[in-house]
Amino acid sequence: MIHNSGETANERSNIIVLLKQVPDIEEVKFDTEKGTLDRSSAKAEPNPFDLNALEAGVQIKEELGGTVTVVSMGPPQAESALRDALARGADRAILLTDKKFGGADTLATSYTLASAIKKLGNFNLIICGEKTVDGDTGQVGPEVAEHLGIPHIAYVSEIKKCEKEGFVVVSQRGEYRYLTEFKPLGLITVTKDINEPRLPSLRDKLKARKSEIEIWSMNDLANGADRNKFGITGSPTSVYKITIPSVEGRRGKIFRGTPDEAAKKFVEELEKVLKV
Amino acid sequence: MGEYKGVMVFAEQEDGKIHPVSYELLGKGRDIADKLGVELSCVLLGFQMKNEVNELIYHGADKIFLHDHPSLKNFDVICYKQNIVNLVKEEKPEIFLLGATHLGRSLGPRIAVALKTGLTADCIDLKVDEEGNLIQIRPAFSGNILAYIKTKTRPQMSTVRYKVMKKRERDPTRKGEIIMKDAEFIENSGMKILKKEKAGEVNITEADIIVSGGRGLKKPDDFKILRELADFLGGVVGSSRPLVDEGWIGREHQVGFSGNTVKPKLYVACGISGAPQHLAGMRDSDIIVAINTDPSAPIFKVADYGIVGDLYEVVPKLIDEIRKNKNKVLS
Repeated sequence: MIHNSGETANERSNIIVLLKQVPDIEEVKFDTEKGTLDRSSAKAEPNPFDLNALEAGVQIKEELGGTVTVVSMGPPQAESALRDALARGADRAILLTDKKFGGADTLATSYTLASAIKKLGNFNLIICGEKTVDGDTGQVGPEVAEHLGIPHIAYVSEIKKCEKEGFVVVSQRGEYRYLTEFKPLGLITVTKDINEPRLPSLRDKLKARKSEIEIWSMNDLANGADRNKFGITGSPTSVYKITIPSVEGRRGKIFRGTPDEAAKKFVEELEKVLKV
Repeated sequence: MGEYKGVMVFAEQEDGKIHPVSYELLGKGRDIADKLGVELSCVLLGFQMKNEVNELIYHGADKIFLHDHPSLKNFDVICYKQNIVNLVKEEKPEIFLLGATHLGRSLGPRIAVALKTGLTADCIDLKVDEEGNLIQIRPAFSGNILAYIKTKTRPQMSTVRYKVMKKRERDPTRKGEIIMKDAEFIENSGMKILKKEKAGEVNITEADIIVSGGRGLKKPDDFKILRELADFLGGVVGSSRPLVDEGWIGREHQVGFSGNTVKPKLYVACGISGAPQHLAGMRDSDIIVAINTDPSAPIFKVADYGIVGDLYEVVPKLIDEIRKNKNKVLS
């Protein structure tokens, strides 16, 4: 368990933001025939949802004081996403990188992140994006919360009240919007609605270029953690096949001609289909 | 792994009403259980749910584990997790399924971690291999690839997308067993719901007909052209992301990866080019209609019917034509 023992942590807000570097989805090439994807052509960027998480963290810090620490697991190149986070207002950036972290599914990823958070200690709130654009599971946030034994609220679209004693947030679930109060410690996952992430200024970018990114390997986390729970060894799920969905089953009927003709023919056709 | 047996489905409820995805899970769960020659059970948490329980049996469950307690009336992720984890440890199902709803995607990960098992998100199909292992099929990369996933731990857990699996026909003569469970009550889970209110009037994910606009629209006011068609068809208006980002229409209307995933009977894309992000949110619609001036727009590749033309000319004509055929179409 984690305790907010230090005086400073109680007086200020120490926030941890989880961030992943992802390929720019618009630039990944998908080969339907070969069933492969080529992400080499795509430039890497911070997961867009995580930028909302970071912005939320920085706004809370601006209101309550304190620090924002960004934690990411990924290859050494993910350093650039962390520099970007520093330029956008984070105070400290930690990259968890080790070959032994490779091939991790959400269980192993969340275990690794939670181990790093335990090592950091001394925080009030963890913020994550609702999902990533590549893995698209939305599982890592709630899984981190369970590893740490702290409550979480998913799909937060607004932070109504943030005080050091507690937070009130708006979250969406099904047809309802919920207003929920929770006391630190807690974890929230945020949607795009929560804010508009700021753009870093040139000065901040230059400053971030010189800032230190802390690199933690498995050995740095090993104290108190189980080595078998990292990476591929700690991952119960594995992908054994990938296909690119073809657009089979679509009728693919194109109507041309004047709008009059096209509309007429189309409605005739639609009528047939909907009657069946 | 040998001691794990049977398929278990989590039945989701809100306001005492069972979410339709639960019946879909029972439909798929029934197929899998029959194939494996095992039992299909179902876990339901709530308060005064006794009347709804039989519906789960009518839709395919052999056995219901009912946790009926005032503290379970509303969803609390910690309480729900603890009670389900207790049950799974006792019953040891080999497969555990939840709906990939907001609730399921928040609850599932916590159960998986507590049970130290794998969880596959947002599956669109489930199969069983020769050895009886679950094959979980899910989209990734914003719907651009399909991944086939196996789990080496037990239970094999998946969240399953709403409106993809088929529920079985309701059979009120079906018999099943209802087992009452004592709920573990957690006094303070760390969270307190202060208020619950209906989100926006539009629930695009439930709509049967959606008429969506994209960059082909010239100004915010022009959504009224689409709204007219939508009203006429008894549907709702959707939008691609750029127009939502511009503030032309509310985010509850947004279809696509970062908005809503929809699966209506009819999806009419007007002036939408079909970026992967948008396609990810609507490609499972029953019938897709695209109206676009550019014949090479990617949206035509996923469309059943494409009309190459300007939405400003085509949409009003469609309304005219449908009006003429009103008694025949969509009756």
